[in-house]
Amino acid sequence: MLKQHYKTLKKLKHLWHCFWNGVRQLSGDDAYERYLKHHAEFHANSVDVMPALSRKAFVALMQDENWKGVKRCC
Amino acid sequence: MALLGSGALAGIAFNRGESINALWLITAAVCIYAIAYRFYATWIAAKVLVIDETRATPAERLDNGRDFIPTNKWVVFGHHFAAIAGPGPLVGPTLAAQFGYLPGTLWILIGAVLGGAVQDMTTLFFSTRRNGRSLGQMARDEIGAIGGTAALVGTLMIMIILIAVLGLVVVNAMKHSPWATATVAATIPIAMIIGFYMRNIRPGRVLEASFIGVSLLLLSVFAGGWIDHNATLRVLFDHEGLSLAYAIIAYGFAAAVLPVWLLLAPRDYLSTYMKLGTVILLAIAIVILRPQIHMPAITQFTDGTGPIFGGKLFPFVFITIACGAISGFHALISSGTTPKLLASERDIHMIGYGAMLLESFVAIMAMIAATVLEPGVFFAINSPAGVVGKEAIDAVAKINSWGFAVTVEQMQQLANDMGESSLFARTGGAPSLAVGMASIFGNAFGKNLLALWYHFAIMFEAIFILTTLDAGTRVGRFMLQDMLGNFNKKLGETSYMPSVILTSAIVVAGWGYFLYIGVIDPNGGVNILWPLFGIANQMLAAIALCVATSILVKTGKRKYAWVTALPLAWLVTITTTAAWQKIFSDDIRVGFFAAANDLSAKLVSGTLPADKVAVAPQLIFNQHLDAYLTMFFVTVLWVVILDMLYVCTAAMRSGPILPSSEVAYVKTAL
Repeated sequence: MLKQHYKTLKKLKHLWHCFWNGVRQLSGDDAYERYLKHHAEFHANSVDVMPALSRKAFVALMQDENWKGVKRCC
Repeated sequence: MALLGSGALAGIAFNRGESINALWLITAAVCIYAIAYRFYATWIAAKVLVIDETRATPAERLDNGRDFIPTNKWVVFGHHFAAIAGPGPLVGPTLAAQFGYLPGTLWILIGAVLGGAVQDMTTLFFSTRRNGRSLGQMARDEIGAIGGTAALVGTLMIMIILIAVLGLVVVNAMKHSPWATATVAATIPIAMIIGFYMRNIRPGRVLEASFIGVSLLLLSVFAGGWIDHNATLRVLFDHEGLSLAYAIIAYGFAAAVLPVWLLLAPRDYLSTYMKLGTVILLAIAIVILRPQIHMPAITQFTDGTGPIFGGKLFPFVFITIACGAISGFHALISSGTTPKLLASERDIHMIGYGAMLLESFVAIMAMIAATVLEPGVFFAINSPAGVVGKEAIDAVAKINSWGFAVTVEQMQQLANDMGESSLFARTGGAPSLAVGMASIFGNAFGKNLLALWYHFAIMFEAIFILTTLDAGTRVGRFMLQDMLGNFNKKLGETSYMPSVILTSAIVVAGWGYFLYIGVIDPNGGVNILWPLFGIANQMLAAIALCVATSILVKTGKRKYAWVTALPLAWLVTITTTAAWQKIFSDDIRVGFFAAANDLSAKLVSGTLPADKVAVAPQLIFNQHLDAYLTMFFVTVLWVVILDMLYVCTAAMRSGPILPSSEVAYVKTAL
């Protein structure tokens, strides 16, 4: 019985995690973390690689780049 | 079975002479979308586009962790929807409701399913196969330099007209309304606070910042009410249309010159949340409340005498409702931004086709919010003073003479309920939509808060209209800098301050002029600007469909080319007819030259009142300008079409054509 409850609770927790991760990704809240992950994966084996940008520099770069094209419609 | 269900619903909803329930419209819409999505879009994906799941997308091949990122399809859907759904689908249906609820609703449904969603989906697909190239680049690659230039010039022009008309909508919502003006004004410092927070205090913490921002926005609606009740403060925010127009022009210039992080980026976040939240809330409220539609299915104004804008049902309902049925602007989002995020070609079905259906659904809700109002009230709010008269008593008499019941007391009571001094002649669609939304929200969630709901709705509309205004001005500036860069390299640099100021000033002056004329025009300005915007937007859609059709023909899918050629033929018919009427019609409320001649004759004969004599020369000049602008739009459109036809015939005869610019196949590793 108790085990059953525990299982349901775990499932709920998992669902909440999925939802929360979705919201974070949708809003761009986790953009920097994903960038760091990408940076670590893609440049792991290369030599003389540029160090990853700081959080502040990354956010600044993204904001400036994102607003160069048409981003909003009528 | 689904077909039967929707057919039955449509039958019930559309065949009864009496008033119908809004829920029928919603159900019919959802059924039609479901069938179209399941069958038509699936067929297009499989047979026409031949989507290949094994093919690596640009996001995978060019992954750089910044703009090219393979992204979860729901996240891309969210981004894409937030980008395409602006104020257009809210304003267009509200204006088109003057013909009754039926014509607009049918066009929103059929136009989206066969036109708009097809355009978005095919453009997204072709751009994905071309490394996320923009519509203009694709037009140049596939049709030729003329098509490319036309797309570019078209985009710039449409941007200018769009911003002017949206600015006018906001001005009309704030005119002599201290509550609305104070609330809308408060959104500017709120955006700045959030911008500073996201850039410097807690960089990139979007959710935290948005939560604070949305709370502050809601607070500003209350604060606006408090200011409205404070005798000394309220005069600070009580302004004429013209002063508000100047304020918006100054704001537009500042927003284009200021760095994006300070104003534009944070405002964009806030407006996206407000938009999604409000649309969901409205859908829930309509389902809970199941309001009755009070507007007749079809009104007598299909003959072209409508008070909100002149012109017959055909072609003007199709011009008035652009966004929500088919919008060329979407092709700019579907090419460029979204293709760089797709993880698999499979997602094109849901994102390209599905997001447009959702936008169409927003348009249906706007139509419902407009038509649940008593028709008399709807026309009292939306008819310009130039048509029904300046005095309340004249306006009411005129509207009664059309057969729609409304009284001065009723309008006064409504204005009091909404916390406004008057609701007569508040053209542009925003105030009537806000009244409609407030009454729906009020009935569903508590009636004593009507004034708060009304100003919440105004704030909600204003915030993303201003976002479009900022973003549009900036895009116009970039495009102009790009063009000027061909003549002078320095002017083409996006960070060169003199160039930034010069190009921003040119773009702002462009839309500022149309906004100014729109405000001083006694017929409300919307009558002129909205059709002009519709023609420009449909023209851009036609260009996008030209690109798609020519690619289909060139790649040997001639037998399926009707999928894009059919909506293209329809768009060409309506834009050309509308443009023809706007230029040559004898009706002074439709034809630009007719209006100019009529005004000149009155000026010469001295029958104009003194206040109109002063502005008459400007209005005459503007009518001429609008006529030439319309001619320009149609010429550009036909040049692109002839160019496309030439490319298509050459392809069919295996003559010399530009090769397809599709990127070679690479197998996906995802």
